[in-house]
Amino acid sequence: MKKKPTPPRWADRFLEWYCRPDLLEDLQGDLREYFGRNLTAHGERRARLIYIIDVIKFFRGYTVRSPKYTYPMNHLTIIQNYFKTSFRNLAKNKLFSAINIIGLAISMSVGLLLITFVTELKNFDTFHANYDRIYRVNNTYHAPGEEPDYYASTSILAGRKIETTLSGVEDLVIINRAFQRDLVVGEKTLAIKGLWASDGFFRVFSFDLLSGNAESALNAPYTLVLTETSALKLFGRISVIGEVVSIEDENYTITGVMKDPPTNSHIQFEMLGSLITQENKMQAAQNSQWLNWSFMWSNYVYLLLPEGANVESVQEGLTQIALKENTQLGKTKINLSLQPLSEVVISKPLSNQLGFNFGTLFIWILSGLAFVVILSACFNYTNLSIARALRRSKEVGIRKVVGASRSQVFLQFVTESILIALLSLLFSYLVFLLIRPGFLTIEPKFLSRIFLRPTAGDFFYFTLLAMMIGLLAGFFPALFFSRIDPVKVIKDVSKLRLFKHINVRKGLITFQYILSICFIVAVSIGYKQYKYSLNFDLGFDTENILNIDLQGNAPDILKQELDQLPDVTDISASMMVLSVGDTYSSTIKYEDPLDSTHIFHNSIDENYLSLHDHELIAGENFRALSTEEKEESEVIVNEKTLERFKLGTPADAIGKELTISGKRMQIIGVVKDFHHSTLYNEIRYFAFRNDPSVHRVLNLKIASADIGVTMNRLQAVWKKIDPVHPFKARFYDEDIQEAYSETTGMIKIIGFLALLAISIASFGLLGMVVFTTETRVKEISIRKVLGATERGLFFMLSRGFISLLIIASLIAIPITYYLFDQLVFAEIVYRAPVGPLELLLSAGIVIVIALLAISSQTIRVARANPAETLGVE
Amino acid sequence: MKGTNLGEFEELVLLTVAALTSDAYSVAICDHLTEHTGRVIKLGMVHAVLNRLESKGYLESTLGEPTNERGGRRKRFYELSTAGKTALVKAKALRDQLWNIIPDFVFKGLI
Repeated sequence: MKKKPTPPRWADRFLEWYCRPDLLEDLQGDLREYFGRNLTAHGERRARLIYIIDVIKFFRGYTVRSPKYTYPMNHLTIIQNYFKTSFRNLAKNKLFSAINIIGLAISMSVGLLLITFVTELKNFDTFHANYDRIYRVNNTYHAPGEEPDYYASTSILAGRKIETTLSGVEDLVIINRAFQRDLVVGEKTLAIKGLWASDGFFRVFSFDLLSGNAESALNAPYTLVLTETSALKLFGRISVIGEVVSIEDENYTITGVMKDPPTNSHIQFEMLGSLITQENKMQAAQNSQWLNWSFMWSNYVYLLLPEGANVESVQEGLTQIALKENTQLGKTKINLSLQPLSEVVISKPLSNQLGFNFGTLFIWILSGLAFVVILSACFNYTNLSIARALRRSKEVGIRKVVGASRSQVFLQFVTESILIALLSLLFSYLVFLLIRPGFLTIEPKFLSRIFLRPTAGDFFYFTLLAMMIGLLAGFFPALFFSRIDPVKVIKDVSKLRLFKHINVRKGLITFQYILSICFIVAVSIGYKQYKYSLNFDLGFDTENILNIDLQGNAPDILKQELDQLPDVTDISASMMVLSVGDTYSSTIKYEDPLDSTHIFHNSIDENYLSLHDHELIAGENFRALSTEEKEESEVIVNEKTLERFKLGTPADAIGKELTISGKRMQIIGVVKDFHHSTLYNEIRYFAFRNDPSVHRVLNLKIASADIGVTMNRLQAVWKKIDPVHPFKARFYDEDIQEAYSETTGMIKIIGFLALLAISIASFGLLGMVVFTTETRVKEISIRKVLGATERGLFFMLSRGFISLLIIASLIAIPITYYLFDQLVFAEIVYRAPVGPLELLLSAGIVIVIALLAISSQTIRVARANPAETLGVE
Repeated sequence: MKGTNLGEFEELVLLTVAALTSDAYSVAICDHLTEHTGRVIKLGMVHAVLNRLESKGYLESTLGEPTNERGGRRKRFYELSTAGKTALVKAKALRDQLWNIIPDFVFKGLI
């Protein structure tokens, strides 16, 4: 039989919800009666509709129950009660509370660090009024048959083309970064780092100009804008408009003084020179490079797009410009792309960055690692709460009997865990303050750019994080407790299937240990790679070589003076220090004018190769150049270059002509391949050139009994020749060490996280061991009375945990190995082999710590006097 | 509390309750009024007025037995209280008084 139609359930519920209880019954009855009538008169659909309308119509002043007093008070009391029981529980189980709070606090501190760090990065450049309308033009350099390279820099030509041909761009600024000069005012000489900037600089950016005209400050040639600090350094005052400064015997007029760039500006400089100065000079010198489409290594273009601009159409315009200009490059392609200012600091990997930037990858890795550490701490909470269910299930039973619903019990336990997480947040903030200085020194570039000062917004996120963690940690225990059957637990608590979830809990512990072992294995592999990088045979000698930064001084004078010192056995000059990550490249062609690529190069003198012990496999070294010879005509290349242009054997290649940076050069020698860049890169095409005019570094071979004394002597010589600049010299090995500082930073961070993960896991394990031994104390005593040995008992108690540890290592080691082999170190071309020793050793460390935690408890219980434990009931 | 004066609709409801004697519950009152006045009387109006009259003390109510057609819900039966009866009598007396002083020729031919 078909069921009798009824009014909609939800309408009834709504009525029951709002209607005063004393009116409800007969009113509902009346409506039902009408429903019955309408059913016969109009049919089911209509009747239901009328019922709904009636229910809504009866929502009136006199029918609605007043919510004023009873309910909220009731809720408040219940919540107060939750707080009370939570705190009582915390106080009652001091060990468990401590494990939970400490674990959550230290893991959360990493989260706090990350939140503050990301907010600070996001805050970069936001002081520009047009922040969201500024875009940078980036270049992609794609040589035929090679992977494309991405650059933050672009060509002057690109900037000029955009300025003249592209509509839909409100304004732009072209910046060239090669402007480090000595400024002379009267007797005073000061080395200042600056930028060449076109006149749009103050229109695109919102740097604070204290005096001078923002519109015209950089319009004319030979004009300078100083920052407050450099003005004070040079003149001792700020009002210096119209003063004249001499740079390389040319006079520049100061047209503006601006506030120092804020610390959160990615571009940093001490002065600005008008770009037109440099352009005029290049024109006068008939420098063909300057306006080349491929002269893209040290120029930057920032666009200001109009409000509501169509970014795609601007990008389309850039693509068109690139398409047209690429025709002059042959097979090589350079493409232009837009990058919003908001993505300049937290950036995808780009070469030739201007100013401060930070890779997104690093942030993602750090977030991921922080997340797993926090997860691990949450697992402690989950594990210990469920393990302690025995003690709290009676409370839950009583609550349920008195009338608590499942959702209320759930809410109670979630409230409790959130409360604990918030409490942990307080401690966590202290830990955060403690680890902050350490984090700031990990990267040298953080200095005076990143401060990790939490903002008001950050504190909001901190609280949110704590609450999320509380929810995450408390979710499963709360679910577990809310499902307890009150009748069973009150009658006989032992009926509670406490060990039902034992596998879940074992799983969680195993996960924590997998994590710990992964971290520590990662640290050991990373450290090995780092050591390997430092001791790697680069193909030339770096020992006892001191590199002196010439800072604009002519190499010859200093060389003569230094030659007199007995500690200096040999001296050479070069443009740059190789193998530390810096590269300098130029375009190279052989016979085919359309086939070009870029070749890395360094310019050296005739002593360089022998001083660095490079192996010349064919041809000869550079001759000492006489002073009259201006045009460079000779080059020494590496073996890779021969392969690239099919120049045959080293002996065959001698005498052939290459075109490098537009100059014809003859190969006079071939040097054995060596590592000219870091180990992250492969050996590429490389050329030694011989152009003394670009030499900026002196390489000294030192043989000294006392380095301190030698350094003092060198410094004295330097002071005599250059009283202005401080002596800057570093041993080659130190330079290499710094080139891998990023790796050390990463190792330090992962090392720290490993420490956290291990301590959290060990705490959790300790808690579990305490729990198991406590619940089994009687059993053990009886076993002992019956004749079990202490050693036997110890093994019985520890066995379960030890097998977990072994499973964890078996899972963790291959995972980490794979992770490092395939992902983390995939980009590093020259890698340290990972042997079983460091894998097993690092897993061993974790296991030993865990065994200490286990045995501290099990030994105590196994040794206990059974008479004492059995005596108490 | 408002004054003790009865509104027109209130008076009608009170009279209907009196007329229906032991069967005076909201739906019946509603039907009865519709039948006698020829107006469309909605339950909402009646329900509100019954409540108001009860709070004024003119009506008293008791819950009856559950019946099937109302989904097992009980009916609320209304009865006039003494105050209710007095108020009705007073109202009638007032009208009679006024009728009595109207000269006969005013309604000549109508009654």
